[in-house]
Amino acid sequence: MKKYNLSILKIFKAFISLLLFSLIAPHAFAIETIEISGGGTKQINIAVMPYKEVGNDKANSLMHQIIAADLYRSGFFRPLEVNGLINKPFVLSEINYPEMTAIEAQVMTLGQFEINNNRLKVNWFLVDVNKKTILTTMEFSGPAAQYRAIAHKISDTIYEKLTGIPGVFSTKISYISKNKGRYSLNVADADGFNIQSVVSSPQPIISARWSPDATKIAYVSFEKKKPIIYIQSLVTGQRTVLANFKGNNSSPSWSPDGRRLAIVLTYNANSQIYLIDADGSNLKPLIQSTHIDTEPVWSPDGKSIYFTSDRGGRPQIYKVSSTGGEPQRLSFEGNQNLNPNVSPDGKILSYVTQDEGRFRVVLHDLQTGQITKITDGPFDEAPKFSPNGHVILYSHKVRGSGELSTVSIDGVVHQSFNIQADDIREPAWGPFAK
Amino acid sequence: MKKSLLLATLLSLFLLGCSSTPINDAPKPSGPSSSASDDEKDLDLASLRDPNNILSKRSIYFDYDKDVVKAEYKDLVAAHAKYVASHPKAKMTLTGNTDDRGSREYNLSLGQKRSVSVKKSMNVLGAQDTQIETVSFGEERADTNCKDDACYGKDRRVDISYEKE
Repeated sequence: MKKYNLSILKIFKAFISLLLFSLIAPHAFAIETIEISGGGTKQINIAVMPYKEVGNDKANSLMHQIIAADLYRSGFFRPLEVNGLINKPFVLSEINYPEMTAIEAQVMTLGQFEINNNRLKVNWFLVDVNKKTILTTMEFSGPAAQYRAIAHKISDTIYEKLTGIPGVFSTKISYISKNKGRYSLNVADADGFNIQSVVSSPQPIISARWSPDATKIAYVSFEKKKPIIYIQSLVTGQRTVLANFKGNNSSPSWSPDGRRLAIVLTYNANSQIYLIDADGSNLKPLIQSTHIDTEPVWSPDGKSIYFTSDRGGRPQIYKVSSTGGEPQRLSFEGNQNLNPNVSPDGKILSYVTQDEGRFRVVLHDLQTGQITKITDGPFDEAPKFSPNGHVILYSHKVRGSGELSTVSIDGVVHQSFNIQADDIREPAWGPFAK
Repeated sequence: MKKSLLLATLLSLFLLGCSSTPINDAPKPSGPSSSASDDEKDLDLASLRDPNNILSKRSIYFDYDKDVVKAEYKDLVAAHAKYVASHPKAKMTLTGNTDDRGSREYNLSLGQKRSVSVKKSMNVLGAQDTQIETVSFGEERADTNCKDDACYGKDRRVDISYEKE
């Protein structure tokens, strides 16, 4: 009897939902979920149909291209070729399911948008092709100038719906470019578009790092003919000197709470790691040695600091408590290991291994100790985890000049950025905006 | 969600609205300063410039991933150490450099290790730390088109410069 009542209730709820849906649609509405396990090795075939611009039948929508490129780069999706399809639906009733099944689409997205008074409004669907059900349908709107940002938000929603992992398509990256002898620290969208210069100088800029709240970048500038650490606000543009002591000031790394930074100072000796408050006060050494200790990075829980040291003769990766103490060596394979970066969940280290003359990006599982090479070199540098931990952004040298690339953490999907500059290097991935 | 959108909007507004902060090299001081002739005499700047004087030689080269000052540079290092020791007003900067292989921060540290190694050799010969600053440019000035060790070798060096020269 009870069971019967429950199912009645369920049917009633479903009916109410449908009613609500039809009344206040378009509306965020998740109808069904799809089971997906693993990434890369089992990519999802997705048909990203051109979104139709209402009142402009001849317009060639960029939106679906942005979405398809995002999803491909993530490593979890295989966007299918849809140009050859006879039927290009933008509303549910026009979907030709046999045609979608023929191109082996598992899911598809379709939609339409309109631009009125400089505002963009998109209605879009994510559909399970086999079950012929709606997985998600939403309406997004915003200033027309935010066209790409809105497309990235759709990518984020599709990605999270099908993987259960937050997407990183709306996050920002930074990198250093060198053009005609001038260096520039730039911020761009995660797909390399919307490039904005933050600071430029005739002298080198290196080691840019985002504050955990994404509002500031710490970096090292050689504008005074020696390395000095600056912090610059991305909101006001104002910049301050964090560290300008005798010798070198370099390698800033924000603590997870954003209150302190680990930095590297030399005075008149070798590189040593110090902790300093974000306002430049309260400087104190973390560890002291006569060797090189550099490239500190915090574990996400703030309890440990990973760094590079040559105390064993060659550069290797070590770990030490963020309150100091005795460092523990972590890397033993390869000739040299350097440039550490920690995954957002703290479980994986990424760093560069030099072996047989090649510098390659590896992943080091801190629980199992397993080490996996995910790039081929020969000159790969500066690996940085995406904020969701599923993609690595890094730089590599091609015929003397640097380029940026991403690789999915299973090493399967590699994608290069097409950014125009003489030389590009030193990428960093901004955090999720909180 | 709302907050993140607001922040993203703020960031975009800044990034769209503001131009980048341009840094330019400070202009070189024009004309002789009032103490220039004193410096010329006190610091014996002529000897630093004289191409026949060993003090005009300013670069010390290193092996790959090494910071050992090789025997062939002992005379050069000794001459500069003696100069610093006998000119208390002299201020020397030792700038370490590396080739462009490896990470930028590690190479910054390696360049520093080389400048510290040269400084220590000079300390033994009486040059005081107060007169020397050791810094590094790491791989930032390296030739990025090297294909053989003869080319890389030119980047692995410490350059000596003086404040008033």
